[in-house]
Amino acid sequence: MDMTIIIAIATMGGLGLIFAGGLAIADKKLRVEENPLIAQVNEILPNANCGGCGYAGCYDFAVNLVEGKAKVNGCPVGGNDVAQEVAILMGVDSEASVKIVPRILCRGGNKEAIKKAAEYYGPLSCKAMALVAGGQKECSYGCLGGGDCVNVCTFNAMFMNENGLPEVIEDLCTGCGMCAKACPRDIIEMHPIDREVFVLCKNHDDPKRSKEVCDAACIGCGICARKSDGGVEMVNFLGIIHYDKLDPEKIPFEKCSTGAITKIHNNSLN
Amino acid sequence: MELIVIFISASIVNNFVLSLFLGICPFIGVSNKFSSAVSMGLATTFVMVITAMVSWLLYFKLLLPFHLTFLQIPAFILVIAALVQFVEMVIKKVSQPLYRALGIFLPLITTNCAILGLALLLVMRDYSFVESIVFGLGSGAGFILALSIMAGIREELELRDVPKAFQGAPITLIVAGILALAFMGFAGMI
Repeated sequence: MDMTIIIAIATMGGLGLIFAGGLAIADKKLRVEENPLIAQVNEILPNANCGGCGYAGCYDFAVNLVEGKAKVNGCPVGGNDVAQEVAILMGVDSEASVKIVPRILCRGGNKEAIKKAAEYYGPLSCKAMALVAGGQKECSYGCLGGGDCVNVCTFNAMFMNENGLPEVIEDLCTGCGMCAKACPRDIIEMHPIDREVFVLCKNHDDPKRSKEVCDAACIGCGICARKSDGGVEMVNFLGIIHYDKLDPEKIPFEKCSTGAITKIHNNSLN
Repeated sequence: MELIVIFISASIVNNFVLSLFLGICPFIGVSNKFSSAVSMGLATTFVMVITAMVSWLLYFKLLLPFHLTFLQIPAFILVIAALVQFVEMVIKKVSQPLYRALGIFLPLITTNCAILGLALLLVMRDYSFVESIVFGLGSGAGFILALSIMAGIREELELRDVPKAFQGAPITLIVAGILALAFMGFAGMI
């Protein structure tokens, strides 16, 4: 073997050892006394450094957690499992965070919604359709059926059903809210999974027009609001639910002529 | 006199970021807030000065006498990596908020080609020990200058009406280009 190679290896090796030694000494001398709890918490966290908690990485979240500024269930990726373990470490009770899922507030699929006489030719994206005279359906508030919500979901938790409306696979959903952001008509809203009563419509047209555009629209008759004792408020011919005042027992679901206000269980309509 | 020339040359005329196009990564990455830009610049200057000293000693006292100059690049990288680790420990000890503010960017100084460029340039130009230190100070000062100007412009841009297609990276790169163009005006000053 050439001497040069041996000398080169020896030199680099020697330099490496010297610097490593220097760093080891420096580490001892410059060690910062840190709350060991922070390191313990950091161990449990997913360490994806996604920033979903609102802090700059998992370590920053751990620091703020130990300092009491962050909530125990603040990690959306870790979810309840991480929240529980962190709570045990910190010695506090964790409020079990209820999973939030998207709710599709429109029942105007291919069967229910009246289509326009003109056909739409263009990119099959809701955003594009919304720009071109409000899409294929007569209802200017309803689901366009272009599937932007399905396409944006990185967890494959959404799909378009045969009726041309999106559906959520709740087991796969992480509650990130991207689908809600993608919808140009704001039809998708994120709600806790245990919420059951919804007005599955966003149509603000007067009763005559509502009936013309869709079989499943909220026509704005106001029967639900009158009986609900503040739980439902009519805003421009559409029922808006105030969940803090809502009493599902008071809502006359059977009186709704189109079935716009309904109770849902496990993502299947009543 | 020579030292002043080196300082001005390194900081303004041959600015590491805007004339030599070294250290673009932190230039774009950290310059969105003025405070973090200045902190990053100061940390980098600190690393640069010490790197200049250690690499000078390493090259002219070890590699050159033993005819090992071909080892300069890996040796300098080793020095820089070790030094950045050291600086990280020092900052963590001295100022916790600064440590957290710099976050991931501190170890990223290791990969900053401006530091390696500094070491290689001072070897190429055959500077003396004192000249190397001044060179390190000057390039660090120039780095801080470039970063803070960029940060100031970017903070202002956030309040302005930038066309949608240009928002974010595109306008940043355009501003960087114009800034580099402006600094060309210093060419030939020394």
